Amino acid sequence: MSLSSGKTNMTKGLVVVYKVGYRFRWTLAVILFSYSFDSSGQQIEVIKADQLFHMIDQCPEKNKLHVYNFWATWCAPCVREIPHFESLNNSDRNVNVTLISIDDVDLLEKKVIPFVKRKEIKSNVVLLDETDFNEIIDKIDKSWSGAIPASLIVDCRSGKRLFYEKEFKAGELEKAIEMIINHP
Amino acid sequence: MILRAILLTVFGIAFIISGMTVPQGLNVGDRATDFSLANIDGKMISLDSYPNSKGYIVIFTCNNCPYAKAYQRRIAELHNAYAQKGFPVIAINTSDSKEAIVKRAKEQNYPYDYLHDETQEVSKAYGALKTPHVYILKKDRTVAYIGAIDNNYKDADAADKKYVRDAVESLLANKEIKITSTKAIGCTIKWKSS
Repeated sequence: MSLSSGKTNMTKGLVVVYKVGYRFRWTLAVILFSYSFDSSGQQIEVIKADQLFHMIDQCPEKNKLHVYNFWATWCAPCVREIPHFESLNNSDRNVNVTLISIDDVDLLEKKVIPFVKRKEIKSNVVLLDETDFNEIIDKIDKSWSGAIPASLIVDCRSGKRLFYEKEFKAGELEKAIEMIINHP
Repeated sequence: MILRAILLTVFGIAFIISGMTVPQGLNVGDRATDFSLANIDGKMISLDSYPNSKGYIVIFTCNNCPYAKAYQRRIAELHNAYAQKGFPVIAINTSDSKEAIVKRAKEQNYPYDYLHDETQEVSKAYGALKTPHVYILKKDRTVAYIGAIDNNYKDADAADKKYVRDAVESLLANKEIKITSTKAIGCTIKWKSS
């Protein structure tokens, strides 16, 4: 019963949309067109190192794990591991993922934005606009050689940090999260 | 339940340790070992191939990494500036095929030896992790500097700290090197075993 009435309601709804749509078809077209433009492309904030350190140190959400992944569109292992970060970000775990692109800022429009849109990335993406990483690298972690991909996991409840200079393979990121949750 | 927790902990710790393995390789002050690698003409080159040198600028690099490409010209300029003074550039490629290395060196007319580390053993022995990764060696082959070429990958003119030039100039003047190690973003060297 509910199924059939639901179906009828849906049909009615479609007829209404169609009629309204027909009357305001140009308005609708413009709305749909602009929506299709915005739907998957997120705003990518361009930040400097100071802003990055501030973001990491202040822990935007105190009861969460924050995962920061350093990547670039040209880095094949980085691109390979992004789906693991995406599924972590989209899971019901208490985790916030930020993907920090270190691509050249001049390639933001040409490379980074189209990449994020094409891959339908939902995690927060920022672009770190710096050319001198000598001091930045040690401040993120002393053990970091500067190679990417690299990831920093911060437990904002305890302040504990774990750093990885490696490409996460399937299941490994989950294990690292498990580890820090169980041993805060 | 307890067993599961124990297992999870053990696996977790093993995973963390495997993720944090300290890279083996050279540190500043260590004595570098010699190597024997083929240049683009198939000739075997080692540190001994430069009997008159006062030291060596050994650079691990590759063809396609954007950072390596950005430094391509600066690496040639280093060689042109310092080979005559006793510090030749020796570039070692760990990532590309022999054909690709020969092609690039000929296209770009590289003035220095561009060597193919096919087995990746030299890169591992030095502890190179990314490209470009510079090791400046003194005549006695102790490591004098490890790190980046300068502090601006994007714009050579905007770089206000020319680490490699400063280190070589200091060695030539018999002075102490002020900055002996630096870090820069680079492309990870892809190891064949992994």
